[in-house]
Amino acid sequence: MRKKLIKDTSTKNYYEDRFYVPLESKKIDVNETIFKDDLASLDDMKIIKSYVEYDQMVVFIEKNDNLKALEKLRDYGYEILTEISGVDFIEKKGGIEVFYQLLSIKHKRRARVKCFVKQGEFLQSVTALYKSADWAERELYDMFGVWIEGHSKLKRILMPDDWYGYPLLKSYPLQGDEHAKWYEVDKIFGREYRDEIGEENRDSAKVDSKDTFNFSRLYHEAEYGAKPPKEPYLQEYQEEGGVPLVKKVKRDKFKILKKRR
Amino acid sequence: MQNPTKLRPFFENIEFQKNDSKMVLNFGPQHPAAHGQLRLVLEVDGEKITKAMPGIGYMHRGMEKMAENMIYNEFMPVTDRIDYTASSANNYGLCAAVEKMCGINVPRRAQIIRTILLELNRIAAHLLFLATHALDIGAMTVFLYCFREREYVLDVIESYCGARLTHNSIKIGGVFLDFSDGWTDELLEVCEKILTGIKDYEDLLNSNRIWLLRTQDVGVVSKEMALSWGCSGVMLRASGVQWDIRKEEPYLIYDELDFDVPYATKGDCYARFKCYIQEMKESVKILRQCVNLYYESEPKILADDPKFVSASKEQIMTQNYSLMQHFVLVTQGLKPPKGEIYLATEANKGELGYYIYSTGDSRPYRLKIRTPSFWHCGIYEDLLPGHYIADVSAIICSTNIILGEVDR
Repeated sequence: MRKKLIKDTSTKNYYEDRFYVPLESKKIDVNETIFKDDLASLDDMKIIKSYVEYDQMVVFIEKNDNLKALEKLRDYGYEILTEISGVDFIEKKGGIEVFYQLLSIKHKRRARVKCFVKQGEFLQSVTALYKSADWAERELYDMFGVWIEGHSKLKRILMPDDWYGYPLLKSYPLQGDEHAKWYEVDKIFGREYRDEIGEENRDSAKVDSKDTFNFSRLYHEAEYGAKPPKEPYLQEYQEEGGVPLVKKVKRDKFKILKKRR
Repeated sequence: MQNPTKLRPFFENIEFQKNDSKMVLNFGPQHPAAHGQLRLVLEVDGEKITKAMPGIGYMHRGMEKMAENMIYNEFMPVTDRIDYTASSANNYGLCAAVEKMCGINVPRRAQIIRTILLELNRIAAHLLFLATHALDIGAMTVFLYCFREREYVLDVIESYCGARLTHNSIKIGGVFLDFSDGWTDELLEVCEKILTGIKDYEDLLNSNRIWLLRTQDVGVVSKEMALSWGCSGVMLRASGVQWDIRKEEPYLIYDELDFDVPYATKGDCYARFKCYIQEMKESVKILRQCVNLYYESEPKILADDPKFVSASKEQIMTQNYSLMQHFVLVTQGLKPPKGEIYLATEANKGELGYYIYSTGDSRPYRLKIRTPSFWHCGIYEDLLPGHYIADVSAIICSTNIILGEVDR
């Protein structure tokens, strides 16, 4: 049987507690809180779900209503759009949950408008209402690949223009994908030099003992790839007579194991 | 129209002579006032800017991606690197969000220590801002003086937590350390030094003719503009909007402290400079009050919440159950409740928000960091046209951006 393609490449826990039941955050009905009028300002609109969580109102709306809802909330008093971003649910629900974080200086409260954008669907731009959405939507597009309709300059912002893939998707590997591996080689030297230079090392913990360029031997700096020096290192000092239980280490009498036992 | 090939690359200025002296000027990333990797493409008509296209470099370290693959405590030291001029503020932002999610009650002494650290950080970052702002405009002396005081501040932080820039001194549930004996005296001494330092800068700049000409009526951010572009912090307050999260949505012990938040209405570089200077004075005021509150508080510095926070080292070393809890928390990490939170704190540059989407797992399903610099960087598009090339460095610096924060 063919192996199932795993779309979520994020790190998993080594140990899963089978009987662990996660706690739930407290969600309060909006009409019992100070956010009552805020929600009422969104009249004649389809509200899928709404509640108050951690002192902030959360409203789920239809994807196509985002412009209308934000306009109404802005007129109500939410002057600042502080954040736009998304949460990747492609594997579970086939789309991205986009949220708009709003701040009202007039009423001194915060609200979050959320909508669900299925893959391949367009999201209406809100730059006409808030100018801050200009960059935030570009970031949303850059990181999640959500297409924004009506944005004047929808292009990458954090990543280079010719980058392939959307880094914050769960399917994007933590250390970059096949394209990321070759990106710098292709960019700086050209594609034809791939064999000569080799792929980029993406293991951040890798220490190459022969690499005196990136990991220099202190007090014994040598050019790239030079052989280790014959004379002892400064830090190879050992007490006279040696430490009990440890035999004197002889530099010239060592053996390189071919295989780990 | 150019036809660029590998041998004949694209030259932006080739149109210069044809196109009525309209030139495309790259301000940065190599310009000393461009803060690292900010690439500002300006279209200039003579000396006047007609169009500005800010581009943030590709320092993108993928912090949010890292956060999604780390347990909360592992990510803590990484947050230091977001805004490296005031790392504790970023540290606290994440701490506060996780603590609010889990409902951890942080002991009072830890809160006071945190407040002191945050305010010291604010002063250090503001001093760095003032130094570079003055240097970009050409005031070398102020730069040297500011760094002198900044060293004192960093020294006092170093003697508390051992680090100068990336402190990582706050942990979920409290702080790592209590103050050592005599540390508060050191702190009060530094407070004095800061105030005398501020007097120096004010003497040098406040009525300096060149400084006034270079900053007054330059880079005016109107109230509407600030609101629409999502400005926060001094950028917002200097434009006449009275909004400080420490006052409006108080966290830690800010609601007990007596301090003012400076506002201005003009919105130009000078107004922002004045606000920053005044904020430093207010921070000193806070620090002095905190020292008194510190001595009145109980010595406990860590929350007692075995589900989320390890017990103290003493208990871990003596009690078996604490050791087991600690082991579970270190290997698996704390598991906050299912749900999502957006928590904003007033960092030195503005609103620093952490959005966490938790599925009840030990790793955040999504962690989004709202950094003020990202939004202040976007405003150049609107702010720069109409100004002259000489004003660009003054404006860029007065918005106080840190590119590490922009790219995260």
